[in-house]
Amino acid sequence: MRQITYRQALFEGMREELQRDPKVFIMGEDIEDPFGGSYKVTKGLSSEFGRERVRNTPISELAIAGAAVGAAITGMRPIAEIMYLDFTTLSIDQIVNQAAKIRYMSGGQIEVPLVIRTQEGSGNASAAQHGQCLEAWYAHVPGLKVVMPATPFDAKGLLKSSVRDNNPIVFIENKMLYNVKGEVPNEDYTVPIGKARVIQEGMDVTIVSYSRMVHEALQAAAKLKEKGISVEVIDLRTISPLDMETILESVAKTHRLVIAHEAVVNGGIGGEIAARVIQDGFDELDAPIQRVGARSVPLPFSPLLEKQVVANAQDIIIAVESIIPQRIGM
Amino acid sequence: MENYLIHYYREMMRIRRFEQSASSIYEKGELPGFLHLSIGQEAVAVGVCSQLNKEDYILTTHRGHGHVLAKGMKMKEMFAELFAKKTGSNRGKGGSMHIMDSKIGVLGANGVVGAGIPIAAGVGLSSQMQQNGRMTVAFFGDGASNTGAFHEGLNMAAVWNLPVLFVCENNKFSESTSIRNHQRNRCVADRAMAYGIPGIQVDGNDVEAVANVTAEAIERARRGEGPTLIEADTYRLMGHYLGDKVEYRSESEYEHWKNRDPIELLEQRLRKAGLIDDPKKQAILEEIEKEIRESIDFARRSPEPDQDDAFLHVYQ
Repeated sequence: MRQITYRQALFEGMREELQRDPKVFIMGEDIEDPFGGSYKVTKGLSSEFGRERVRNTPISELAIAGAAVGAAITGMRPIAEIMYLDFTTLSIDQIVNQAAKIRYMSGGQIEVPLVIRTQEGSGNASAAQHGQCLEAWYAHVPGLKVVMPATPFDAKGLLKSSVRDNNPIVFIENKMLYNVKGEVPNEDYTVPIGKARVIQEGMDVTIVSYSRMVHEALQAAAKLKEKGISVEVIDLRTISPLDMETILESVAKTHRLVIAHEAVVNGGIGGEIAARVIQDGFDELDAPIQRVGARSVPLPFSPLLEKQVVANAQDIIIAVESIIPQRIGM
Repeated sequence: MENYLIHYYREMMRIRRFEQSASSIYEKGELPGFLHLSIGQEAVAVGVCSQLNKEDYILTTHRGHGHVLAKGMKMKEMFAELFAKKTGSNRGKGGSMHIMDSKIGVLGANGVVGAGIPIAAGVGLSSQMQQNGRMTVAFFGDGASNTGAFHEGLNMAAVWNLPVLFVCENNKFSESTSIRNHQRNRCVADRAMAYGIPGIQVDGNDVEAVANVTAEAIERARRGEGPTLIEADTYRLMGHYLGDKVEYRSESEYEHWKNRDPIELLEQRLRKAGLIDDPKKQAILEEIEKEIRESIDFARRSPEPDQDDAFLHVYQ
């Protein structure tokens, strides 16, 4: 199968949805050609589809989200790009108080088929205002779905599902994944929202992860394999709604759980998963659940300092080894 | 065909009596939540909405009873919503502050001050892209004119030339804070210049004047000339919410505006023109009372929502 980047996969997902449905359009800051977006994901789209359907906005994150809500409730299917997840703090009234609530408050009269496309993550010295992982905020809000693809295949398939979904979706990409390549078929396909994927089967421990941290989890799993530890890796793909079934099934097999995300551990989605596994799978657990994630400090600018704060494959290995009895490890 | 001024009178009186009736029921403890009354501002709602078609859209605020009634909402569904009943416009899940009726383009009252403004820009964008010729009106108050949402929404609508009418009901208060203390330039219409769009100030207690400037603005928008900001100069005769003692306003200011009650001004005019007399007024009032009585009865008799309704409509 052909290999394309995460960026190209997202581009194709949007391009195909723009072709398929005239109601789909994209709005955001600096997304038009020749600039083509801060991370160049939309490059080429305004030339192909025109500046009405792929349109630059003023730097007005609140109005971008608000106008997307307005368009969504009156027959359009907007994709609103917010350049950085950090900047959705400026849109949050429209996302949380409006988009997430309108269907419910209207008694089901009005639907909000809206995708907020944004990206997060450390790794390019973007520092404390351009690299935060705030997905747990949105996962906390009933009425929103939060989608976080880790691979090019999922990026395209989940983006297409998100555009076709009649609910507001916060679609969070990771800036360090844009150049990552993976297999993506030529033909049309979608990936279901709310369904996790077991990327690697294993017997001794389950690592639940999503977005960029999936790649760290896979690296950790490869190193642990050398030490004789068989790791099952689950990519959540969607963090709200959570696919607890897949997680609990895996824990019932491995009896040990490590949850790894790039976001700060405190208040992160890992805590929610841990709580639910304790509630619904307590008897299956042979060891305490471990959470791996960023420390509770703002993201520092210095790459050296950043490494102190953000977790990586090595931290996952340490977490796994802390709950694997030596006899398995050796 | 009824004389249009009589029509305005009837509609304004309907709003007034709806809110007065809701108040007395609220004070008896029958309604949950809170009520924000627009008494004194009815001319804006009726003047603007009289110029809209059924398929045009409005977005309004926590103080939106008048706007949605003038846009054509059924009183029965509104009272039932205020009573939090299953038969309410929002099936008892929105309440006074979030009334919606998509059938007639009521895209929502809103509990967040200013939030409807950028949404209205998006609705206008939607109409522009679909070329459906529909108008969108965002109602808001002087308080909302100080939000970032106002600035972002007007700028976006202006730069994209959207068919949206921004109607500021300058009722002189943002909650309890007088306009004297919340903006240096008390003329909200002046702000239009900053966005390169027309800003028009109108006597918000003169329903015909409001209707006229609205009609002009709509014509402009339909010609593709973009949005207009209308500032309707009016006054909130009641408190921010029902129960507010309104200790923050001067008696003389209140008296000044009380003497400019938009319904009384219109009635005086109708009497002078020989369009109304006591029996005619009585007939109009009786008709409204009948509608109110029947609507309240309907709401009281209506079932509560089913318990499972709490879990419906979160997602499709």
